[in-house]
Amino acid sequence: MREMSKIIRNVTNLVYGFIIIFGFYIIVHGHLTPGGGFQGGAVVASAFAAMLISYGQLNTKKFLNINIFSLLESCGLTMFIGVAFLGLGTTFFYNFLANSGSWFGNIVIPGINAGDMNTAGVLPLMNIAVGLEVFSGLGIIVLLMADGAEYTKKKEKAENDR
Amino acid sequence: MNLFNHTPILILAVPLLTAFLIPIIGKINKKTTGILATLALGLSLIMTIVLAAKVLSVGPQVYVFGEKSSLLTLPSGLKFPIRIMFQIDAMGIFMGLITALVSFLGAVYSLAFLDNKDKIDSYYSLLLLLTVSMFGMEFTGDLFNFFVFLEIASMASVSLICYRGADLGEPVEAGFKYMVVSSISALMVLFAVGIFYGEYDVLNIAAIASVVKYSQLDKIALGILVSVLAMKAGAVPMHMWTPDAYSEAPAPITMILVAASQASLYAIFRIVFSMYNITLNTLAVGWIIIILGLLSMFIGVTMAIIQKDIKRLMAYHAISQTGYMLLGVGVGLAVLANPEALKDYGITAMEGGIFHIMNHAMYKGLLFLTAGALFFRTGTRDLNKMGGLAHYMKYTTIFFIIGAAAIAGLPPFNGFASKLLIYESVYKFNPLLSIIAMVVSILTLASFVKVFHSAFLGPKLPQFKEVKEVPRSMVFAMAVLSCIIIFFGLFPDLIVKNLVHPAVMSLIEQLQYTGTVLGGM
Amino acid sequence: MIGNFPYFAVILLIGCGIYILMFQKNLIKLAIGINLIENGINLFLITLGYRKGAIAPIYTQAPSGQAMVLPTPQALTLTSIVIGVATSALILSMAMMIYKHYGTIEVNEVRRLRG
Repeated sequence: MREMSKIIRNVTNLVYGFIIIFGFYIIVHGHLTPGGGFQGGAVVASAFAAMLISYGQLNTKKFLNINIFSLLESCGLTMFIGVAFLGLGTTFFYNFLANSGSWFGNIVIPGINAGDMNTAGVLPLMNIAVGLEVFSGLGIIVLLMADGAEYTKKKEKAENDR
Repeated sequence: MNLFNHTPILILAVPLLTAFLIPIIGKINKKTTGILATLALGLSLIMTIVLAAKVLSVGPQVYVFGEKSSLLTLPSGLKFPIRIMFQIDAMGIFMGLITALVSFLGAVYSLAFLDNKDKIDSYYSLLLLLTVSMFGMEFTGDLFNFFVFLEIASMASVSLICYRGADLGEPVEAGFKYMVVSSISALMVLFAVGIFYGEYDVLNIAAIASVVKYSQLDKIALGILVSVLAMKAGAVPMHMWTPDAYSEAPAPITMILVAASQASLYAIFRIVFSMYNITLNTLAVGWIIIILGLLSMFIGVTMAIIQKDIKRLMAYHAISQTGYMLLGVGVGLAVLANPEALKDYGITAMEGGIFHIMNHAMYKGLLFLTAGALFFRTGTRDLNKMGGLAHYMKYTTIFFIIGAAAIAGLPPFNGFASKLLIYESVYKFNPLLSIIAMVVSILTLASFVKVFHSAFLGPKLPQFKEVKEVPRSMVFAMAVLSCIIIFFGLFPDLIVKNLVHPAVMSLIEQLQYTGTVLGGM
Repeated sequence: MIGNFPYFAVILLIGCGIYILMFQKNLIKLAIGINLIENGINLFLITLGYRKGAIAPIYTQAPSGQAMVLPTPQALTLTSIVIGVATSALILSMAMMIYKHYGTIEVNEVRRLRG
């Protein structure tokens, strides 16, 4: 993939940060509004895809590193299963933080209200873990597929020249 | 916090945690990942044995996720369960023992077998995920959860089949074929789950079992489930992926794939026996399963005779042996509604079929491992290019003889025990079926005599001068399997009475299965 | 009749997917076929949970007494979508590897394993 025109690059510069912030918003509000870890992570990864398309794959590699993504992915997965392990005092996946008064431990108020971030126990933690895993995983997929496309294009060109 | 109560989930959770930690540890040191995976699977094997002792002495175990107590299946007076739960009876733990043993030995064998050292962390991570998903398929009490584990299993196994595929075309081709087949089957399972949910508003297998009516929709769902799971298990009309996937995967993975396809077979039995039981037309469905089994037996073995690639030949034999299990259990299903016939020969036929699952996992695993050992030292799978290898690889030769004798049903090996149970009980049901099964067994022997002759016998060949015995960890894995084969062959009644008979009874008695969840309804 | 319309769409989608899988020989088209089946099944699950005039099942935004659609099929669909993304990524990357090795994605020309 080659670098695209200046207009596209500037628009990407403009929206890149906003897409990522919107993605993280969806991740952390997963227990209050529609959305959650996977959806937010996919939104964040779409920012990486936009960057890949507008800047080309060689330039993108200066900003996005596959090794760091793969580390983040493992961290997200380990965090998810770790939170599940912490509930092992009662049962696996037990929501030990809900209604406890500490982190994310407020009691939910019924009826129409704005929603309290500080509720739902371990669900926000798991949303964050899944979001971390999904955006890094999809980022890896996008980057590797761009690599593969580049490789096949080179091979085709070499065959045509021959 | 009593960890002993949590064994059902720890069997899965420990390998899962290790699978997620391995990529992090692999960034620091790649060599430790193999040992770590082996340790995790060893721990899981020990816990499975502990759980098996508990299930067989106390009775079926339930584990409810995220509830205040792991035994609370019906919280606050509900009539049906709403949470995801594991429900482990004698049949589930029987399959769990196979999975735990096979994956542990596969990990041990892989320690020396793998040559591609820079991707080794992802290999072990995927192997652990595959094991976890197989455990999940066998333990789960929830249909949707079963679908999720089925998809995880297919994705992990596809990646493992393609493991050698960076510079070769064939593994990726086999993986693509397997991926298409398993996506279709998993999606169709989801469709059937949707039908059940639309009809009964529950997803728990036991809860569906207590209300199922065998209406028109239920018939459609049963047809979809049996056909797609038979496809995943490699029964004949849908067997085209099996030889490719089994022959192109690395040898330890092939051994685990055999156990994975048996997990799908287990799902067929679970759905037919525990969910529908005598509400369905047992004779018709039983004959469908018997005919699937006969086709698998016969076409599998006839295709195997003409193969020249050693792993492809063994893969066709795997299809053929799957037929025996379907035959035995199919006969049991056909007479399920007839208590006299069931007592006379039905239970024995099912014991034969279920016992054959374990025997097949052991001897077919051993044979695939010996094929892997030959490939490891000679670098070829073509039988025409091998010869005289008994001079160089003494242990592998002995292990191959044991495996081949067991698959052909020669006494005193375990294949004989389960095949005899099938022959004598199926003969009472329909003599023709028994005769076909014996003919297939003879053809199996013929085909393995050919393999033994062309690979091991003959003069020393100059191109194999450098060949020597395989490393110690590979010999260890093969030796353990051989010991189990001989032990099962010498004391079959011990295993049948203590392990197989409870498994068969837990399948036949539907009330026992639903009662553990719904409290003796 | 109009209420059953989504089910006809489900049958159409799954039928198209199975047709593609049976008669097309291009690997990318096979991936598209699998995606079509998956979308049909997702539509089927969502339709099962639908109630006329009901609102989205969000606890803090529901007027009391108002009917909600059933959230379980939506959770099932979401899981299925997540799995579908992984499946598509895996199938497409394998198609890329096959193209890299053989230089074609037509099934007839790729096929080395037979018999």
